[in-house]
Amino acid sequence: MTAALRKPAAPAPIDAVDRRIVEATQAGLPLVPRPYRALAETLGLAEAEVMARLSALLEAGTIRRIGAVPNHYALGYRANGMSVWDVQDEHVGEIGRHVGALAFVTHAYRRPRHPPLWPYNLFAMVHGRDRAEVGEKVACIAELIGEAARGHDVLFSTRILKKTGLRLRA
Amino acid sequence: MDEIDRTIVNGLHGGFPVSERPYAAAAARLGLDEETLIARLSHLLEAGVLSRFGPLYHTERMGGGLTLAAMQVPEERFEAVAETVNAFPEVAHNYTRDHVLNMWFVVATEHPTRVGEVLRAIERETGLAVLDMPKEEEYFLELRLQA
Repeated sequence: MTAALRKPAAPAPIDAVDRRIVEATQAGLPLVPRPYRALAETLGLAEAEVMARLSALLEAGTIRRIGAVPNHYALGYRANGMSVWDVQDEHVGEIGRHVGALAFVTHAYRRPRHPPLWPYNLFAMVHGRDRAEVGEKVACIAELIGEAARGHDVLFSTRILKKTGLRLRA
Repeated sequence: MDEIDRTIVNGLHGGFPVSERPYAAAAARLGLDEETLIARLSHLLEAGVLSRFGPLYHTERMGGGLTLAAMQVPEERFEAVAETVNAFPEVAHNYTRDHVLNMWFVVATEHPTRVGEVLRAIERETGLAVLDMPKEEEYFLELRLQA
C-alpha cells in the first residue's frame, strides 16, 4: 500500500448550508436506518440535497472519510509515542511517504524546525500496547530512514490536559 | 468485544455510503444485517470503543486554521499554565509530553488568521514562548490500528 502525499490543500470554503450540515454531523451520524433523511428533517432540507452535499464534500476532500473513529486507548493501544526525526530536507518528502505507509504509523507530517531546541522536521505518530511495543516500532522506522536521519526522539504523552476535538460554533 | 464488534471497528474505518439505506449497505458488506449494525454501533459508542461515527472533516479545507504548538513550561507553573491554555476554546487537544517541551496542544480556528492571534495571546498571558509547528506536508494513509 502506498501513502498519498497531500500538500496542504487550497481551501474550499463551505457555504452556509454546508456549514449547517457540518454542525449537525460533527458529533456523529444518526443511528437510524435512514440517517440522511433524519438529518434532512432536522435541518429542513430534502434528503437528496443532504446526500448530494455530503457527496460533494467527500469529493472535494473536505470530508476525509465517513466511518468509525476508534478510541485507541479503548482498543488496548495504551502507549502513544510521537516519534520525531531530523531528516535532510532534500529527502524528507520521499522518506515521509515511506514512513507514512507503515501500518503502525497513524499520522506523518513534515513540520518546521525550531533550532536549537527543536531540530526535528518529520513527525510520525506511533501507537502501541505499551512503551516497549512503541519502541520496537520506532526502531523499525529508524532502520527504514537509515543515515538520512541525523537524530530522533520519541515523546510519550503522559497526561491528557484537554481533548474536545474540533467544534464549529454556530 | 466479540468477533462482530471487531469486524465493525476494523471494517468501517471509512467508505460508509451516502445512500438512502447506508447502514443496510454497509452491513451487507460486512456480512451483517442493518439492525445488528445499528445496535452494535450504538453499543460501541456507549462503551467508548468508538469515539464517534460519522464524517471526519478536514479542517483546513473548510477555510479554517490548524496548528500544533509546543511550550517549555516550568514544573511549578504547569497547572496554572495548563488552565490558561485550556481556557482558549480554540485549543482542541492539549497533552503533557516527556520532553523539555512538555506541553503540546492543537489550535483549531474557523479563520486561518486566528491561529496566530491565539498563539500570541497565550504567549502574552503566560509570558512563555510558544513554538508554532504547522504541518507543511502530510504523508497520509487510510489504514488504522486493528482491534
